[in-house]
Amino acid sequence: MGIYVPNTPEEQLAMLHACGFSDFDELFSGIPDGLRLDKALNIPEGSSELEVRRAVEALAGKNHVYRTVLRGAGSYRHYIPAIVSEIVSKEEFRTAYTPYQAEISQGVLQSIFEFQTEICELTGMAAANASVYDGATAAAEAAQMCRERKRTQVLVSATVDPKILSVIRTYASGTGSEILTVPEKDGVTDEEALRGMLGEGSACFILQQPNFFGNFEEADRLGEITHAAGAKFVMSVNPIALALMKTPGECSADVAVGEGEPLGLPMGFGGPYLGFMAADEKMMRKLPGRIVGETEDLDGKRCYVLTLQAREQHIRREKAGSNICSNEALCALTAAVYLAAMGPQGLRQAAESSMAKAHYLKERLAEAGLKPAYERPFFHEFVTECGDEETAVKIEKALAREDILGGLRLGNGRVLWCATEMNTREELDKAVSIVREVCAS
Amino acid sequence: MNFPNDVKYTKTHEWVRFEDETTARIGITDYAQDQLGDLVFVNLPAEGDQLVCGDAFADVESVKAVSDVNAPVSGTVDEVNEALLDAPEMMNEAPYDAWFVLVSGITDTDELMEAEEYEAYIETL
Amino acid sequence: MKLIFEKSIPGRHTDFLPALDVPEVSEDFARRIEPLRLPELSEVQIDRHYTELAGRTRGVNGGFYPLGSCTMKYNPALNERVASLPGFTDIHPLQDDADVQGCLEVMKKTEEYLAEITGMDAVSLQPAAGAHGEFTGLLLIRAYHRSRGDEGRTKIIVPDSAHGTNPASAVMAGFEVVNIPSDAQGYVDLAALKAAVGPDTAGLMLTNPNTVGLFDPNIEEITRIVHEAGGLNYYDGANLNAVMGIVRPGDMGFDVVHVNLHKTFSTPHGGGGPGSGPSGCKAFLAPFLPGLRVTDEDGTLHSGKADNSIGDMRSFRGNFLVIVKALAYILSIGREGVKETAENAVLNANYMMRRLSDVFDMAYDSTCMHEFVMTLERLKDETGVSALDFAKALTDCGIHPPTMYFPLIVHEALMVEPTETEPKETLDAAVEIFRKVMEEAYEKPEEMHLKPLTTVIRRPDEVKAARKPVVRYDYPGSV
Repeated sequence: MGIYVPNTPEEQLAMLHACGFSDFDELFSGIPDGLRLDKALNIPEGSSELEVRRAVEALAGKNHVYRTVLRGAGSYRHYIPAIVSEIVSKEEFRTAYTPYQAEISQGVLQSIFEFQTEICELTGMAAANASVYDGATAAAEAAQMCRERKRTQVLVSATVDPKILSVIRTYASGTGSEILTVPEKDGVTDEEALRGMLGEGSACFILQQPNFFGNFEEADRLGEITHAAGAKFVMSVNPIALALMKTPGECSADVAVGEGEPLGLPMGFGGPYLGFMAADEKMMRKLPGRIVGETEDLDGKRCYVLTLQAREQHIRREKAGSNICSNEALCALTAAVYLAAMGPQGLRQAAESSMAKAHYLKERLAEAGLKPAYERPFFHEFVTECGDEETAVKIEKALAREDILGGLRLGNGRVLWCATEMNTREELDKAVSIVREVCAS
Repeated sequence: MNFPNDVKYTKTHEWVRFEDETTARIGITDYAQDQLGDLVFVNLPAEGDQLVCGDAFADVESVKAVSDVNAPVSGTVDEVNEALLDAPEMMNEAPYDAWFVLVSGITDTDELMEAEEYEAYIETL
Repeated sequence: MKLIFEKSIPGRHTDFLPALDVPEVSEDFARRIEPLRLPELSEVQIDRHYTELAGRTRGVNGGFYPLGSCTMKYNPALNERVASLPGFTDIHPLQDDADVQGCLEVMKKTEEYLAEITGMDAVSLQPAAGAHGEFTGLLLIRAYHRSRGDEGRTKIIVPDSAHGTNPASAVMAGFEVVNIPSDAQGYVDLAALKAAVGPDTAGLMLTNPNTVGLFDPNIEEITRIVHEAGGLNYYDGANLNAVMGIVRPGDMGFDVVHVNLHKTFSTPHGGGGPGSGPSGCKAFLAPFLPGLRVTDEDGTLHSGKADNSIGDMRSFRGNFLVIVKALAYILSIGREGVKETAENAVLNANYMMRRLSDVFDMAYDSTCMHEFVMTLERLKDETGVSALDFAKALTDCGIHPPTMYFPLIVHEALMVEPTETEPKETLDAAVEIFRKVMEEAYEKPEEMHLKPLTTVIRRPDEVKAARKPVVRYDYPGSV
């Protein structure tokens, strides 16, 4: 134990003496006596590396890793090329501090600049930041960006992931922004309802594309309706789907956000993930968190620095638009390496393959007796209905017995399924045959 | 340091150039820009906003600092100088040309100083 | 060096995915109009690109990293190994509790250990970073006052020496910030505090040891003043490394804390993140905690919402894989190691400060905690060499610059935090370098403004970067 303190007890004593202290007690004499802990902490004694390794491996062993995963709902299992973890585990990237010292941080800075560019290319927006905590906090920060003195109301489609909505609500509870949910109609946002709800107090409308149920929304039309009322249009997007679908930029969104986990990050029981944020030119300076910019050094050589820092909390303090300091830089690097490795062709392939597998699964499940909840264009997630929750539970359990993590139960017999390029046809067929048996019984 | 006579000054280093009795352009002084260093951005109010004498109505950013700009008078913002957004260096290079806002219906002008007075005040800092 | 986009050649790629084994789909949906532009490179080129970038980045293992207030300690290899176990990485966050008993145990244990170390009763691991933890803790304070119908408590008191996140978090949580001055020692000015508290006080945010590296001896009185006024005390755990195992925020009168796993608990900084900023609180605030709480029922772990939860701070449960690393660290060092860590963090700082104090002016002439602040004001006055120049010169000597110009209340400040994981010989060598650079500054002051000279770039033009922001690469021919 204590293996990370290099100095021996003898060296420590010599150093104490060199500072004029007889022991550690004296070193801490500035802390009032009555406050000092007079007992040992109630945590285990230190252990050797081998013991800790065994103990933590035993904990990992208590979790069930499914061979087949047909669940998404905000966390997606995609293939991660070997090169990604190889690069991201490099000591320099892993342990470096925030790159405030540009001269010795060009590597991190350039990698973030490249990440920002890739996010701009994916979303079709003008500028991106260096990341925030996750997709949900990105949406919550976007709502804050759009707030104006007379426009404080935030409209969120009911087809947005409930977890994201929940975080938007928590963030807004502080500043008192009103959150209104725009109803869903047949698996997508109710356009007429949106039109009716928008008003002079509306700051923005937040749409998820593809939405929580996997369906593609009529994003450009919803954007037009939003803009007509003078509000900002925020799109929360799946980055893999962006290889195929119309970009937020092409749908005239003012802010684009999303969860970057599909871009090379493991599911990892929910984190660390990666919130990405991009904005049009006019909103750039409202982006929260760090932004890397290009400039020149004393010799005129191109280089990169953290820029537009006067927006941030360490300078603007209580007047800052956000309190974010630490972000998810290493996860942004992961996404950048993933995107470079996959390239445009690879990303398109991942997207097309995920979409094709999900469509195959939906059709087969329908044949097996699981009725699709919606008949409309979707990406790699879809909802089925089996009438009652009991059957849905039975299906989930039967799949689990065969080492398949079934779709997420949404209640009332509705299940949200997901397929990605990781699922083989054989796996999907097997899942379908299990479902068929349950439905038939 | 430059103290032109065609504008009036405040102790918080803003200048006011009257176009008529109740209309004026407002900016920051040469002394202010010198103290603040290279300015990189300005956050301006919107047209129609009310300025309250003594309250912050804009802020200017350098690389590592942000400073409030106080309203030297009260009035209504008629026009904002959006050219500053694209060329913030104007505030350093030509501070008395780099106006922030055109304000009308001006009141609360009692505290404004003449150039000589302001120059003397600067000496005391 | 070239950007990855400038190395791209159309058609270059590696096949990572198999051919489609199900029918293609021709779904009718709105497709992207602009073709997707991403780098097109072979794998070897990508590897070399990032290897070159790594070479232009300074990690903790690249040399001494005495960055004040950041606790850049060594990040143990074991932590990385266990956090990459498939039993953690391949777990979907929405699996049933029964499938993830190991993950829940990781969380339960980590929560318990952090509660014990900070003297709190409950901990939420959902916050993803320190500032996120602050925001969480402040929402707990707000929810508490409101639950009692005490709606008038709208103000949070923050000392002027606080990190910028404190006032920014308070505003996000809907509070008004009241700044109070620090005295000559950087301690809270008791008279100013007494004058600031009242029926509108929601709470006080404080770091102790404070941001100049000193333990505030009046801490019990400070927290008592706030409690007597009806407010709560928030402990910013940024400097916990100095005192863990020795004194606990909970025993100093604090009601809410956050800790930074990426500082005190050895998880890496990752070039800016991911971190983790767990929020801890006393029992009376636990019903307001965010996210899912883990409870033990007859040896089986379950998740559920707290009764009066403030909601969710983010998706899912937190930066889980970071939490695994922190748990491995706590298990390794154990109860004795926690104390030994703080002792040696403080000893290393005092040792360095003592060895530098004949040549450098210390901002505060007393025993420091885990970090100390020097002021280079005299050097600046006498030679024109600033703290920035000095820090840049250290870079040429293989030392990461200390934190500059923070805390704001000290002029020409350099803040040095060696951490406990540095051996004596590193400290001795650093001391010699600091002294040598000081000599150089007096001998050739004009040359100091040009430093560093040995790095891959020289000083960047930050004004240009901010005036005409270029925040993305523009492909040739694009508008």
